[in-house]
Amino acid sequence: MRARVFVTLKPSVFDPQGTTVAEALHTLGYSSVKNVRQGKYFELDIDAGSADEAKRLAGEAAGKLLANPVIESYRIEVDSQ
Amino acid sequence: MKFAVVVFPGSNCDHDAYYAAQHVLGQDAELIWHKDTSLKGADVVVLPGGFAHGDYLRTGAIARFSPIMQEVQRFAAGGGPVLGICNGFQVLLEAGMLPGAMLRNTVLQFRCEHVYVRVEQTDTPFTAACAPGQVLRIPIAHGEGNYYAEPDVVDRLEHNRQVIFRYATVSGDVTPAANPNGSLNNIAGICNETRNVVGLMPHPERACELAVGSADGLVLFESVLKALSHGAFASAR
Amino acid sequence: MTMDDQVLERHGLTRDEYNRIVEMLGREPTFTELGIFSVMWSEHCSYKSSRVHLKTLPTTGRRVLQGPGENAGAVDIGDGYAAVFKIESHNHPSFIEPYQGAATGVGGIIRDIFTMGARPIALLNSLRFGSLEDPLVRRTVSGVVAGIAGYGNSIGIPTVGGEIGFDDSYTGNPLVNVFCLGISRADDIIKGTASGAGNPVYYVGAKTGRDGIHGATMASAEFDEKLEEKRPAVQVGDPFMEKLLLEACLEVMQTDALVGIQDMGAAGLTCSTCEMGSRGGAGVEIDVANVPQRETGMTPYEIMLSESQERMLLVVKKGREHDVERIFEKWDLHAVHIGQVTTDGKMRVKDRGEVVAEIPNPCLTDEAPVYRRPMQEPAYLREARRLSLDSLGQPLVARDALRALLAAPNVASKRWVYRQYDHMVRTNTLVVPGMGAGVVRVKETHRALALSTDCNGRFVYLDPYRGAQLAVAEASRNVACAGGLPIGATNCLNFGNPQKPEIMWQFAKAVEGMGAACRALDIPITGGNVSLYNETDGSAVLPTPVLGVVGLIENADRVVRRAFREAGEVIVLLGESRAELGGSEYLHVVHGLIRGVPPALDLEREAALQRLLVEGAASGLIRSAHDCAEGGLAITIAESCFDTGLGASIDVPGLEAGHFGDVVTLFGESASRVVVSVRAQQAAELLALARKAGVPAAAIGTVGGGAVRMSIDGRSVIDAPLVELEHLWSTSIESFFEKQRAIA
Repeated sequence: MRARVFVTLKPSVFDPQGTTVAEALHTLGYSSVKNVRQGKYFELDIDAGSADEAKRLAGEAAGKLLANPVIESYRIEVDSQ
Repeated sequence: MKFAVVVFPGSNCDHDAYYAAQHVLGQDAELIWHKDTSLKGADVVVLPGGFAHGDYLRTGAIARFSPIMQEVQRFAAGGGPVLGICNGFQVLLEAGMLPGAMLRNTVLQFRCEHVYVRVEQTDTPFTAACAPGQVLRIPIAHGEGNYYAEPDVVDRLEHNRQVIFRYATVSGDVTPAANPNGSLNNIAGICNETRNVVGLMPHPERACELAVGSADGLVLFESVLKALSHGAFASAR
Repeated sequence: MTMDDQVLERHGLTRDEYNRIVEMLGREPTFTELGIFSVMWSEHCSYKSSRVHLKTLPTTGRRVLQGPGENAGAVDIGDGYAAVFKIESHNHPSFIEPYQGAATGVGGIIRDIFTMGARPIALLNSLRFGSLEDPLVRRTVSGVVAGIAGYGNSIGIPTVGGEIGFDDSYTGNPLVNVFCLGISRADDIIKGTASGAGNPVYYVGAKTGRDGIHGATMASAEFDEKLEEKRPAVQVGDPFMEKLLLEACLEVMQTDALVGIQDMGAAGLTCSTCEMGSRGGAGVEIDVANVPQRETGMTPYEIMLSESQERMLLVVKKGREHDVERIFEKWDLHAVHIGQVTTDGKMRVKDRGEVVAEIPNPCLTDEAPVYRRPMQEPAYLREARRLSLDSLGQPLVARDALRALLAAPNVASKRWVYRQYDHMVRTNTLVVPGMGAGVVRVKETHRALALSTDCNGRFVYLDPYRGAQLAVAEASRNVACAGGLPIGATNCLNFGNPQKPEIMWQFAKAVEGMGAACRALDIPITGGNVSLYNETDGSAVLPTPVLGVVGLIENADRVVRRAFREAGEVIVLLGESRAELGGSEYLHVVHGLIRGVPPALDLEREAALQRLLVEGAASGLIRSAHDCAEGGLAITIAESCFDTGLGASIDVPGLEAGHFGDVVTLFGESASRVVVSVRAQQAAELLALARKAGVPAAAIGTVGGGAVRMSIDGRSVIDAPLVELEHLWSTSIESFFEKQRAIA
């Protein structure tokens, strides 16, 4: 099973990297891109019996390690394959 | 007085903290490997600077799970003095021993230079020998020293006098220009509620001898000697 | 099966070289063997175009513990300790991928030092780029600086100095030369030798992947439109892995369980295997099936040529395997037994027991081709050396020239760069970057080491022989200014395509000049690096032979810095000023020219000057010292005021140069000159000492006031507030990057 974990900064946290990326896009001509937030993406290959179990395990991993709850939130997708 | 300096894989400033305690201060110091489960009778614990686990995932995120950290938590819970320097501060934050988190410097670059910090509170083991408002010239060297906490947490820190060091000018004014990394409220260092665990981003161990540019950092180490010899902050072992 | 021309070309081998291989082996090589020869016989690994010239350099001396031929050189610094150091280039990868190219360059040189048993304590770098006006150059600069910072900071070795130069010729060919120095006990230096039949060969570090294959051959070729194809050859560095390796290896070395150890750098496993075998006069046999692999389905060819970073090859004393494995396990590293030392002098590569390559080690090392390539004085030279000041029109007024030069990237403050480097970790740094030579103390002793890397490519372009001598003089003068006696040097020779006779001529002349200067100044060369083919679409870089000099300061309390110390000090100019403007920063900045002849150099005078500087520092007589380099005397005086709040007033005799007299006096770059400051009551003492030493010296002014004032023959030519000049100098480079935030 493959779980995908998306970790993003909480809205209230200032993201200078995202701002810089947005500015760079503007200089490349993409003025229609208003805002950019930069986050992290993890792919976990898990030995699990079901998608639900994989999601639960991934959620634990995210809560304990992959995301810092003070500044980040996360969401999980599981490949049904 | 015995200093324990914890060494994580990737710690770099462990030798500097060791040298400051042992050679400059003339005390007993020992390097403790992160897989050890004993602090070997230390009176003070230092989590040094560096790049524990390469700073991979997040600074301090993996080091907080090291076996030794259980002992460090126990030591702190018993009231013992713990100093987290730079990466060590980041480990304390990830371990929940101090509130808040570190973000990348707003300038998006690593910054190595001397800065001035103002001592805000002198009732911690590491500022007991300072004068209130004393300005210290100490170097920083970090890419992620931008302190952040949610507004209610920051309010609580300020209200409880848990902000111990702030970035300031040479004359002690807390201004945006004096802030090298964008930290909220120019926060350079904080303590926990029981005031025995202190974390700061600047490197006092790099400012213990004039030969290397400043000796203003020595007072943090002298403070803990003073505090412990007066019977305060000893860890209940 | 004879290899066809296309295959040979892809492997960077000529038909002649291939025939030699067939002759040496007595048969056609296997494909894996072809790959092995291609990297070992590449310019980068074999030095085939440069060896005949490098052989003429002075490499011995009473302090030399290890000369060229090992992973790094070493000199005795007293008290039973040695300084182990070298400089290396990572130019081509830094153009393709600036961050990783520079980062892995840092990683590589650090490994070269700790593989000798020395703990690295300092880094310097010598960088060259095109013009900062060019956005692509700015991106390259940002990436390279971030890469050096990223790797060096993470592994915890301070970057304490270096130099950065800008010239259009480097636009498509940036130069990234990294210098590293470490300390070891003088009798504990470990060599990269394989010996003792049956001794096990171990591999430790990162797993092997497909990155960097043919990196060595890429470094031995010019860039052209086929650049995109070469992209996969850039490796990604892991400073955390290297930190673990460094600590673990140093710990293993304490146990005396090693026969030899070498890092896997250019040409990876291939190079370390055959070089260790060659040095020990032994054979080495390995089975690639035992090599830890990061990717699936790797062929022996790929495994042998991979340049995955952070890997070491060890030869362990039989019976001591457990000690070695245990220590690596502590650091969460796995030392894997992959082969053993044999007596047949061959490099034998097996794949699951089947031999896929078998080559006598010397064929790959000592018997690699050596070329004496044709040389010819370049056509540009005669014309370029002609400089007629009259043809330049009106000279700039002194105060405008001073401002233009202070803001010029070659002169301006590099603080934007070095504040990204941790220059204080390990608490040994006595002089931080930006202030001349970097100085680190050696805690085990009461000594300190002054370090400098220097080269003025314009001087070398205009006269390779003299230009290279001037580089030696400048680097050694910089360490002498700090109070360090030059005791050893390493060189990084960055040139264009050696198959062009003009380039080969530049190279040969530069090496000749370098050798003569090192002999005259008694500075042995203990090792170094050659980087050729620094050309894009046929246009070469300025010939840039960088010297890294190590100076020994006997008393760490007697380090001399560049800045004036207090008001009232007397400013003394040591050395002789001549009417020379050839190859100067003034000509470059104001007229866009590289013309004329470089400054004259009297090596005996230079030696006397350096001895005086060292003596004056040791006695405390000299309070500050700053050598005159780009921009000449005026820049030196201004820079000595910066960061002090102290101004200066000087009056100097005018030099004869028609209406360029003022320009030549203030901005001419005559060699062997240093501005020092002394206490007023000791000025006479210094002048007497200088006279006795045969060093021209004159008191030219005093420190003080809030302005920089310069007069020529009593006539005021510069009078500017210090704050204004310092602002110009300190914000120039930063201002190029303000608007543009490059994403590293």
